[in-house]
Amino acid sequence: MMRLPPFRYHAPDTAGEVAHVLANEGPEAMIVAGGTDLYPNMKRRHQMPSTLVSLRRVTDLAGIEWGSDGGVRIGAGQTLRALERDPGVEGALPALWTAVHQISTPVLRNMGTIGGNICLDTRCNYYNQNYEWRRAINFCMKCEGDVCWVAPSSPRCWAVNSSDTVPVLIALGARVTLVSDRGVRELPIAELFVDDGIEYLAKQKDEVLTSIEIPAQGEARSVYRKVRRRGAFDFPVAAVAVRLAFDGDRVESADIVLNAVGSTPVVCTDAAERLVGEVVTEDLAAEVAQVAWKPAKPLDNTDLTHMWRKKMVRVNVKRALLELAPGT
Amino acid sequence: MTQGSAPAAAETRRKVHMQLLVNGEAQEVAFLPHKTLLEVLREDMQLTGTKHGCELGECGTCTVLMDGEPMLSCLVLGIECDGVEIETVEGMATGAGPHPLQTWFADLGAAQCGYCTPGFLMTAKSILERDPNPSREDLVEELSGNLCRCTGYLKIYEAIEAAAKDMREGSQ
Ligand SMILES: Cc1cc2nc3c(=O)[nH]c(=O)nc-3n(C[C@H](O)[C@H](O)[C@H](O)COP(=O)(O)OP(=O)(O)OC[C@H]3O[C@@H](n4cnc5c(N)ncnc54)[C@H](O)[C@@H]3O)c2cc1C
Ligand code: SF4
Ligand code: FES
Ligand code: FES
Repeated sequence: MMRLPPFRYHAPDTAGEVAHVLANEGPEAMIVAGGTDLYPNMKRRHQMPSTLVSLRRVTDLAGIEWGSDGGVRIGAGQTLRALERDPGVEGALPALWTAVHQISTPVLRNMGTIGGNICLDTRCNYYNQNYEWRRAINFCMKCEGDVCWVAPSSPRCWAVNSSDTVPVLIALGARVTLVSDRGVRELPIAELFVDDGIEYLAKQKDEVLTSIEIPAQGEARSVYRKVRRRGAFDFPVAAVAVRLAFDGDRVESADIVLNAVGSTPVVCTDAAERLVGEVVTEDLAAEVAQVAWKPAKPLDNTDLTHMWRKKMVRVNVKRALLELAPGT
Repeated sequence: MTQGSAPAAAETRRKVHMQLLVNGEAQEVAFLPHKTLLEVLREDMQLTGTKHGCELGECGTCTVLMDGEPMLSCLVLGIECDGVEIETVEGMATGAGPHPLQTWFADLGAAQCGYCTPGFLMTAKSILERDPNPSREDLVEELSGNLCRCTGYLKIYEAIEAAAKDMREGSQ
């Protein structure tokens, strides 16, 4: 049996109380929502919180509330399954629905939450292994060791941000609310991520992610494309989210976001700017895909080869653009 | 990495006593607070019908129903199940005979080594409770979290469809 290590356990009733427990317990306490990321990591001994603060009883992290303008506020404790079954999400936010629907498996989506998906630990072939496996390679920088086995001369860890919803939420312009004993802050979700495999979140350890707000999308269209080996279970190894707003048949604004090709999602500003004011043609889509492809720097630390993953970024940006172009 | 200072042994090694509602029966159980529901069911309640496979969410053989929804008992804590209605494979047969799903799994060879079967049965039960006549496409999607090394899945889909037909006709 792969057992969990012991921990202290708290199950408060409100987000405010969760923040309070985190403040009292210090940085070695961690939140657990669905546990579908944290419990496997604890069983493999990469994450060993001394205290778990469970969101299971918390009532004020639920809800999918649509505003009259078409924007939506999603509670961080909402399960992926609830989002997948919400007709509003499927109808108005198809890219988010696709991303959610492609996460893991139906039974894991019954358990996993959107908050947990956003805060998902970064992943690497040398890290997501059991204790004995990692001890045999003398561990690595992300946990208990000194060296990065993917880039041994590198001073940093390159573990991969593998969340499916994050690139879509960035492309849709979502904002997140963080609550701690010190107060409440709200920020664009893109600012939540840091380009480091170990400290991958700008969230402080005592902050609870309480909600995600997605602005009304109006006539803008969006799409999510995920590369993985199997049609279920697998994390993305190259992911592309694109949102385009049109004025007639010309692009008014564009967002292109990549994930699973580095420690942080990649916002392709140059590629997006190239689209503004233009009609999306096959040639333009290919040109923009080439620009978006440049900042993707996958390393050899996930399933499938890194050169192919990089190529698939270009393929999928082009396909996404052509899929969204009017008349196609 | 979060490498916590180990919490004081006395605090975390004390068993919790609580009531779990399993297969319609409330039972008093004492277990260590860091045990998963899978461990509590198998080791503290002697309900070994629920199997342990990967213990990491990757195989589905540990699937149980929690308030009617399939969940992986290897990734839920026992203490998180306060007030939750838990159903395991032991509770499937009601009355004299097996559940139609169990009958058809046996008759059509949908259980070969049988290790994945409890998980498939629980997921299948929840599917049929939501939709008495699911399409093959829905079955494939909804069962995609349950892995089987023996049957090649076809026999499993066929058994569920046959059971669904029986159950629809039986309830008319
Ligand atoms: C077999 C398998 C396949 C998977 N496939 C995918 C996949 O394809 N795509 C994908 O994106 N994910 C995948 N996952 C990962 C995971 O299931 C999902 O990302 C899920 O959404 C995580 O949510 P959770 O509630 O279970 O998180 P938890 O495990 O509870 O938490 C994850 C992290 O987030 C933190 N956290 C959780 N909620 C909050 C909050 N409200 N505020 C602050 N911090 C918080 C926790 O402290 C922890 O660090 C897979 C997991 C497994 C086991
Ligand atoms: S990228 Fe390097 S340091 Fe980070 S988890 Fe992988 S091997 Fe370890
Ligand atoms: S034992 Fe729970 S999913 Fe494999
Ligand atoms: S019958 Fe053997 S694993 Fe499914």
